[in-house]
Amino acid sequence: MNTLKRTWNEFRQYPSAIISLIVIFILLVASIWVVYAIPYKEAVRLWRGGEDVWYRLPKIVPPKWINWFRTKKLPDTIIFSTLDSPETKSYEPSGDGQRIKIAIPIEFNSDEYPQELSMYFFISNAEKAPFVSLRWMTPDEREIRIADFGLQGAKVNFRFAQDSKLRQRLKGLDAEIGLYSVPQSDPPQPLKGDYQLMIEIVTFDPNADVEVEFIQYGKVYGWFGTDHMRRDLKVGLLWGLPVAMAFGLIASLGTSVLAMIIAAIGAWYRGWVDDLIQRVTEINLVLPFLPILIMVGTFYSRSIFVILGVTILLSIFGGAIKNYRAIFLQVREMPYIEAARAYNAGDGRIIIRYLLPRIIPLLIPALVTGIPSYVFLEASLAVLGLGDPVLPTWGKIIQDAEFNGALYKGMYYWVLQPSALLMITGLAFAVLGFSLDRIFNPRLRGV
Amino acid sequence: MVSTNGKLLRVENLVMYFATLRGPVQAVDGVDFELGVNRAVVILGESGCGKSSLAKAILRLLPRNIARYSGRIFLHDRDVMQLSDEEFRQNIRWVEMSLVPQAAMNALNPVLRVGDQVAEPAMIHMGMSKAEALEAARTMFQRVGVAEDFLTRYPFELSGGMRQRVALAMALVTLPSLVILDEPTSALDLLTQANIFNTLKRIKKELGTSFILITHDIATSSELADDVAVMYAGQIVETGEAKDFFPDPLHPYSKMLMASVPRLRADQDPQFITGQPPSLISPPSGCRFAERCPARFEKCSEEPPVIEKDGRKVRCWLYA
Amino acid sequence: MVIEAPSRVTSEIDQRQMLLSIQNLHVWYELRRFGFGIVGYVRAVDNVNFDLHRGEAIAVVGESGCGKSTLMKTILGLVKPRQGQVIFEGKDIAQADSATLKWYRSQVGYIQQDPYGALPPFMSVRRILEEPLVIAGVKSRQERLERIHRVMEEVKLYPVEDFLGKFPHMLSGGQQQRVVIARAMILNPKLIVADEPVSMLDASVRVEILKLLRGLQESHHLSFIYITHDLSTVKYFSERIFVMYAGKLVEQSPIGELLKNPLHPYTHALLSATSDPDARNALTFREVPPGEPPSLVKPPPGCRFHPRCAQMIQGLCEVEDPPEFTPVPDHRVACWLHKDTWSD
Repeated sequence: MNTLKRTWNEFRQYPSAIISLIVIFILLVASIWVVYAIPYKEAVRLWRGGEDVWYRLPKIVPPKWINWFRTKKLPDTIIFSTLDSPETKSYEPSGDGQRIKIAIPIEFNSDEYPQELSMYFFISNAEKAPFVSLRWMTPDEREIRIADFGLQGAKVNFRFAQDSKLRQRLKGLDAEIGLYSVPQSDPPQPLKGDYQLMIEIVTFDPNADVEVEFIQYGKVYGWFGTDHMRRDLKVGLLWGLPVAMAFGLIASLGTSVLAMIIAAIGAWYRGWVDDLIQRVTEINLVLPFLPILIMVGTFYSRSIFVILGVTILLSIFGGAIKNYRAIFLQVREMPYIEAARAYNAGDGRIIIRYLLPRIIPLLIPALVTGIPSYVFLEASLAVLGLGDPVLPTWGKIIQDAEFNGALYKGMYYWVLQPSALLMITGLAFAVLGFSLDRIFNPRLRGV
Repeated sequence: MVSTNGKLLRVENLVMYFATLRGPVQAVDGVDFELGVNRAVVILGESGCGKSSLAKAILRLLPRNIARYSGRIFLHDRDVMQLSDEEFRQNIRWVEMSLVPQAAMNALNPVLRVGDQVAEPAMIHMGMSKAEALEAARTMFQRVGVAEDFLTRYPFELSGGMRQRVALAMALVTLPSLVILDEPTSALDLLTQANIFNTLKRIKKELGTSFILITHDIATSSELADDVAVMYAGQIVETGEAKDFFPDPLHPYSKMLMASVPRLRADQDPQFITGQPPSLISPPSGCRFAERCPARFEKCSEEPPVIEKDGRKVRCWLYA
Repeated sequence: MVIEAPSRVTSEIDQRQMLLSIQNLHVWYELRRFGFGIVGYVRAVDNVNFDLHRGEAIAVVGESGCGKSTLMKTILGLVKPRQGQVIFEGKDIAQADSATLKWYRSQVGYIQQDPYGALPPFMSVRRILEEPLVIAGVKSRQERLERIHRVMEEVKLYPVEDFLGKFPHMLSGGQQQRVVIARAMILNPKLIVADEPVSMLDASVRVEILKLLRGLQESHHLSFIYITHDLSTVKYFSERIFVMYAGKLVEQSPIGELLKNPLHPYTHALLSATSDPDARNALTFREVPPGEPPSLVKPPPGCRFHPRCAQMIQGLCEVEDPPEFTPVPDHRVACWLHKDTWSD
């Protein structure tokens, strides 16, 4: 316990170490929270999903906080659903069925127009197709007739841009522009203010009901933006954290601990055991690490567990073994080891209780400093297209971005967000590792 | 200018403190002693009394964490503390005074030949050419008793005793007036030890060098001692000539120290000293040995002055 | 001087029970070169014979390279001899199986030279003392603690509780060595092997530790093998002294006799080279045999000391290895100078 206290006191002297510790703590807490808040199955569903998961989001839009840095504000994405706000529906009996009135308030205060406008109708219990009427109320009290049509089937999608009659009415302008412009403006000027979409549905069956969804596909969405498949990057970025942390920690821990044990065994027994381990290490040091991983990923499997396993296997027999072995060889000659043999300590006991504790001060900084390299390794493999096909990871996001030419098209957020997260994670562990190194290393002079 | 009465070296109130996290270590706390020409003084003390620091203080080999360094060191009547570091390096260190450090044999550079290493001080401090310096090295090898053909060998090819002699040659090659030996024989075998002392005695006779021998090995301390100084907790507690000291030490610590040494030829039961030396970080006030002293009385809570008695000096109230 | 026929010496030493008998011991280290196999041997211990009785303390002196460390390691069971027997209470340790070896190691305690190096720096004092007990199979925690307390009191580390939680670097040299001694004693051994136990301690502490060891030896009736190069301490500590040179045992004798009458030229040199504090030492040169101890890989033929010996007998000493002679009862020497006396 005393050593722990002393270590902490020394540690406190390095402000960078304290900061990194705080950051890591935040990252750890965040990882655990993410796994809890968005369970694995849910994350996979959201990430791999499909049209029905992603349809509500716009394609490749930056996060909404971009607007804080812009003078000309981009329109946000508005998703309105009667399922979420049933109080907006009013029912009146009408003939055999009902007349359903819905008024959707839309606030428009941006300097640019939305990408698209779309509506989804979910009809239930209707033998005869209900009839819907759509009207648009502008802030300057104009009413624009949008469309009137019947709802055939259980799910109907109305896309404002496809209606040619609406286009005519808007003098050839696209719906998303025309509906929001100052009338007669050329080029079209956005008219800011409160709009209303008025929906009137007449049903002809007593139990028929219609749920309505209106989506204004803005040019920003959420805190993280979306990608080319309309996925909210939140899922990918948040879930990337536990994946990166887990990969980095397991790889680093596994490699260090196993390297330490193998080095100890070799150094203690000497003879052919030591020779074998050394030769394997030397051969392994010559083998190219990344190309082998690429080969494994390309020809065998891209599952993250396979990659993790191969990484650990190849990393154990590396420079670390030689370092640890050198130290173990020194420790082996210490008088207290000889004394232990004299009171009949067995080989295993000596290795575990006398050799390994000496190396732990060296191990811990190496372990921590190693984590960023493994995090970056996983990301690099993903960028190269060899990431795990299922999991959302930061590398995968960067790879998608690159594949879709994000940087060329000015979609910086797509690349910068995962990169920033990678850097923060890597930096935090690296700084912590360096501080630990500075603290633990002087002690080793007394081997 | 104060003359040194024909003495080679006179140290006055030398103080050296190190700065550590826990406070200044008062390693050398007001040391006075003298050394005549062609005389050897042995500085006796146990570990932690500051004797190695004293050697470094005299030679101005200061560590990075020095907290205080003051006093006067008169060499040939000249106060060398007044010299700048560069002047000291050029004219005094390894020119007038040199050092054979502790575990000297391990202090040899393993990748250089020993002949080159011994020649180096001659080249640097005496401006000799490489050939001249190697010649000086050869002469010195002869004096210390190492065969000439070892000039071209590497340290690992020499035995412990020979390496110690090489270190000695390195200290002597510039023919200084004073050589400080810090535990010269601590890791050596008995016969090798005797050999080294023989060599030192011979060199003292042939070259007229003076020696300061720093050791905790009481038994061998008398081999090369004309004078004796006993150090305890950063201070010198007794000085005197060897012929007076060894049969009859004055200070209680010196008495107990001498009594604790097992003797081969005498039949006396050695006594040990209870307790431990005080920490040099916060030495006690008053006499620093009082806590362990069997002869302590109330006056001892005051710092005792240095008292002269029959040409010897003792820092003890018993002799006031 | 009249040479008496050696009677089968019956001094009081013989009456004690025989504990350890070293017979015909040769411990050679192999020198291997990669690809060439064994290229030679380092003949660290060559044909050493002696007996040790219960409660007897002997000193083994010699300089570095004389083989005393190897002898000690062989006695501790850490090194296997090439030839010869190490018989402890009737069992040959050199050929022992692991069960016998385990039993043996609980009978022998080991005290090392470097007190700090001998203690694992990451273990507390209690842990250090517990290790031998755990390994020896003492299962009860209570019993272990009791034994630890008892042994700590014997080495006078009071108050015991204070010391148990400390780590080696918190202790002074003397205290560390006491812990080493405690560890050596904790399994109640019959024999203690001490390798220079006080040479790294301060002068004033040495005596304390030596007296402690002497006290333990007497109170527990222990046999002691005290290895040192400091001849001044042997007479306070042991009854018999064995002098080793270049792997061979060159002289064996009770202490008093040896100090009065050293027979081997090497012993004589060692004694002359040992100083007592005396101002006259500064004025005299000591006689030291020239040269260095020989290589143990290719030792000189005949007596190994002959190249340095001032009294070498031409034609004999450099040809044949001297056997042990007994010129004086109980005082054996392997030197041709005494060839006209009796030998065993």
